[in-house]
Amino acid sequence: MFEDIILILDSTLRLSTPLLFACLAGLFSERSGIVDIGLEGKMLGAAFAAGAAAYMTGSPWMGLLAGIIVSVMLAIIHGYASITQRGNQVVAGVAINFLAAGLTVLLGQAWFNQGGRTPQLAISARFDDITLPFAEALQDVPFVGPIYHDLISGHNLLVYLSFVMVPLTWWIVFRTRFGLRLRAVGESPAAVDTAGISVTWLRYRAVILCGVLCGFAGTYLAIAQSAGFIKDMSAGKGFIALAALIFAKWRPVSAMFTCLLFGFLDALAIRMQGQEIPGIGEVPVQVFQALPYVLTVVLLAGFIGRAIPPKASGIPYVKERT
Amino acid sequence: MTEQSVPAIELSGINKSFGPVHANKDINLRVGKGSIHGIVGENGAGKSTLMSILYGFYHADSGEIHVDGKSVHITDSKRAIELGIGMVHQHFMLVDPFTVVENVMLGAEGGAMLNKGIDQARTELKRLADEYDMKVDPDAVVGELSVGLQQRVEILKALYRGADILILDEPTGVLTPAEADHLFRILRVLRDQGKTVLLITHKLREIMDVTDAVSVMRRGEMVSSLKTADTSMAELAELMVGRSVLLEVDKKPAEPGEVLLRVENLNVKDERGVMRVKDVNFEVRAGEILGIAGVSGNGQSELLEAISGIRRAQTGTMDLAGDHVDLSHSHNAGQMRQMGMSHVPEDRHRMGLVTSFAEYENSILGYHREPEYSKGWFLDLKAIRSEAEHRIQKYDIRPPNPDLKAAKFSGGNQQKIVLAREIERDPDVLLVGQPTRGVDIGAIEYIHKRIIEMRDAGKAVLLVSVELDEIRSLSDRIIVMFDGQVVGERGADASEGELGLLMAGVNEEHAA
Amino acid sequence: MTKGQLPKWVDYGLLPALNLIAAFAVSGLVVVLIGEDPFEAVKWMLFGSWGYGEGVGFTLFYTTNFIFTGLAVAVAFHAGLFNIGGEGQAYIGGLGIAVACLAFDAYVPWYITGLFAIVGGATFGAAWALIPAYLQAKRGSHIVITTIMFNFIATTLMVYLLSNVLRPQGSMQPSTRTFTEGGQLPLLRNIWPSLDLGQSPVNLSFFLALIVCVLVWYLIWRSKLGYEIRAFGANPTASVYAGISPVRITVITMLISGGLAGLMGMNEVMGSQNRLLLDFTAGYGFVGIAVALMGRGHPIGIILASILFGSLYQGGAELAFEIPAITRDMIVVIQALVILFAGALENLFRPAVVAFFNRFSDEAAA
Repeated sequence: MFEDIILILDSTLRLSTPLLFACLAGLFSERSGIVDIGLEGKMLGAAFAAGAAAYMTGSPWMGLLAGIIVSVMLAIIHGYASITQRGNQVVAGVAINFLAAGLTVLLGQAWFNQGGRTPQLAISARFDDITLPFAEALQDVPFVGPIYHDLISGHNLLVYLSFVMVPLTWWIVFRTRFGLRLRAVGESPAAVDTAGISVTWLRYRAVILCGVLCGFAGTYLAIAQSAGFIKDMSAGKGFIALAALIFAKWRPVSAMFTCLLFGFLDALAIRMQGQEIPGIGEVPVQVFQALPYVLTVVLLAGFIGRAIPPKASGIPYVKERT
Repeated sequence: MTEQSVPAIELSGINKSFGPVHANKDINLRVGKGSIHGIVGENGAGKSTLMSILYGFYHADSGEIHVDGKSVHITDSKRAIELGIGMVHQHFMLVDPFTVVENVMLGAEGGAMLNKGIDQARTELKRLADEYDMKVDPDAVVGELSVGLQQRVEILKALYRGADILILDEPTGVLTPAEADHLFRILRVLRDQGKTVLLITHKLREIMDVTDAVSVMRRGEMVSSLKTADTSMAELAELMVGRSVLLEVDKKPAEPGEVLLRVENLNVKDERGVMRVKDVNFEVRAGEILGIAGVSGNGQSELLEAISGIRRAQTGTMDLAGDHVDLSHSHNAGQMRQMGMSHVPEDRHRMGLVTSFAEYENSILGYHREPEYSKGWFLDLKAIRSEAEHRIQKYDIRPPNPDLKAAKFSGGNQQKIVLAREIERDPDVLLVGQPTRGVDIGAIEYIHKRIIEMRDAGKAVLLVSVELDEIRSLSDRIIVMFDGQVVGERGADASEGELGLLMAGVNEEHAA
Repeated sequence: MTKGQLPKWVDYGLLPALNLIAAFAVSGLVVVLIGEDPFEAVKWMLFGSWGYGEGVGFTLFYTTNFIFTGLAVAVAFHAGLFNIGGEGQAYIGGLGIAVACLAFDAYVPWYITGLFAIVGGATFGAAWALIPAYLQAKRGSHIVITTIMFNFIATTLMVYLLSNVLRPQGSMQPSTRTFTEGGQLPLLRNIWPSLDLGQSPVNLSFFLALIVCVLVWYLIWRSKLGYEIRAFGANPTASVYAGISPVRITVITMLISGGLAGLMGMNEVMGSQNRLLLDFTAGYGFVGIAVALMGRGHPIGIILASILFGSLYQGGAELAFEIPAITRDMIVVIQALVILFAGALENLFRPAVVAFFNRFSDEAAA
């Protein structure tokens, strides 16, 4: 039983990581007032770029770099449409998702000829699991040992990084000048503008940061969790991350707990497949898969707290009267 | 004008257009250093646009700006702030969920990290608060402060950035008279310390009270600049509208009949849960106009919305031309219309019109379910159109084109569209809110005449206006609202001073 | 003409055309990137979609899907609601259609089953829009987010139903049984063999889609309800002043929108596949967003935009067949670029065009 729990929690961590990156990415964008339903597309684009670059260079770091670059490029397109052109942010996000879904497979097939996959990566071209100090030595200590060795140790670098990003994001948002302005521009862009700060540049920085973090999320999928890019491998994770962001009410620490919860549900779904729960019987795996979405709808309905987005979100900032 | 030293601000030949609207035409302006300079003009005269140009919020199409004698190019607000210009906008530029300190330091954080800046801002705030008598809790959340305090935060924000020139755009519109007085005291202190203040307003009394010099704008042009001591309200009023103003409206004495509208025990909360209308009772008889006077924001809007069916009241009943309505129950504006109430709303852009609809479509807004405009589930476009054309003739709406979008009409003509719609349905009770706000002078007279005609036709008219002159010239009886309550009732002959005291919340019971 | 105004043909013709050209130009660059000749690609796409009878049939088949989902998004747009859940509503609508077919196909002819299927598809689609609509109206939960969530909930629900409930015994495939003749809409190729439509699945739903376009036009521009929907979309405050209930309009509009999306299954489920398959919606619900945007919310525009996307889909299939290096995913890319340029960047060329026309009219005046 204890081992089972450790196992489920262990895979919870792995499954939460891409959600957490994408969720924090969305946090920067949405805090600045740019609604981002294109997290999915940016993740997918980054995953493909990371898989392709890691294969061609043999280096996971080059993969990460390529993933970030592609994701940031998509973010800039989104930014250009939403900030400079004052277009509809949701429509721009839909376009980004389609663009990534189409281009990754199209280019993948043209370049690698493996049905839209990138070639299988050698272990050296991936982010490999890291054994933390003393993990082996402590392995046999009861209770603490398994937790440290099996649960905390033995993940790849990006998993640890995603959790480091949580306090870092918190610090940026609540303790720096950039964070103050970021929060302000999502609530009242006019106040920011009249304070002599460029709304445009501020929002661009926010979406670029969003792109960088989505780059990590996609890279994780392709070259840390798997050994290469597979068609549609983001599989709705960008939307789950968006749901998590709303669930966490756009706050970094809550975002972490929500992503862990949603990751846990995912891990549970895999674990419970074909298994009977005493007294209930077999629970369809789809129940666990649908739960993040259902929970978010219930939250949005206002039954558990209230999720109020930044006031200016989704509204392009227009200064001049027309 | 006396030639002092170098003026703080000198504008020459400023032009600005928004599409087809020429908002500023060849504006010239000199503002002396260390003075309070007023700029008056009607709504839409171009005052706010001019000040937004000075603050770098809009760019002038042509013209030159000198600050302290130096030619400057104000590209954005950042540049304006660097030049020592601060602005308090009509709609506050504050971040509601932020604290006072956070708002004040936004854009002047003093480093990439916040911790140092916060301490500094706190100290500086305290100093400014002491120096200018502007106390405010630095850790209060701005969205929870009263408007008067929010305005104070705006001024502190400007001073914190080292503003030497302070622009205030219609600062008293949302203030009670007492708060306005306090504001003027602060402005005088600022001037005495060498700051320059630009006060934009359409209230002549404020100009006379507090300014050293005044410039008058009319339809985008600067028509005159005078020393306040050398002018009078009458002269300014004439300059503002371009001819002498007829404040008296020709009307016969009222012949009140039966009570058509009776409102009792009305209490209304706004969406933030604040009680905005408190225990209000009144009645309006057939053939009379009851005016509701008061400073904007004292519950008049909520009162109109509650009795017209737009907003649900907490408690209250209404007798409307023979029907009894419990206002605390759910109801809608359509039901009130059915019972014989028409409503010319305070804000025609936000409420009275769908500006992207054609004129003829707007002519049935709220009455689109009436049988004469419909055939079964469908609209009878022929009938709607011919009715619209008829009204365009009758009310002289220009241009006379029912297919034109409502947005393309001038303010006065838009108001005529609304007025025609509400009057032509021959209601028993007519609610009218701010009927002449943003309307040109020619249309004002026309609108006033039509309202009187409604009264003379035996309708009950409830008039809400923040323009005391309008209330006094149209109403047969006047009630005054302050802080959600009716603080007094007067006859049509009540003096301006008497009503002004009531509007400031000085209660008649204590006075009597 | 006043300054800054554009003639109607520029607003509704030239600007969308420029946006489309931009989208196609970038698509051409993608083709170049793959190392193929974009003009060759265009040739195959045109030929594939309009060059022969079977191609035309397929084009019209896809067009039918897009008309339904495009109308769904457009009706919601008129009320100021962004229904991004067309995909899920179409999916669940397909379930309603399948249930009707499974129940009646053995007993009555197709035209009776068809009536039940229309009711079933519209009702199920509308039902799937009901909760997001209600939450938006009563609780202010943003409809974009809730409809996205409902898309995913629909996906998991349908996976469950198809693999556990609706799958015939002994079958390994997650789908319903094939409907008998009483549950199949006639194919146009069988009605008019002389039309030479090859093996294309275009069926009677194409005409259903056209009829629905007319109904939607009457609804939006001629009915009292449509007046209320447009008033609410353009100015919610004014519509409350006019006695229009926001809750009622939001819910009714979303029900209509969901119902329209739900009818898409008439074409796919009852018209072509004759059974309910996993993921039969294949993203058509999302394409409806692009169709509605391009068609400016007007049924005629939506028909034109649907034909455009129908041609893209069929032409793209031909293209993938003729030039294997360009897979069918090219369609998704073009679609993305059309959504980007015609939707999010719709005003990209406007300033330049306005400047051009102003100079033109200045000169004319001089």
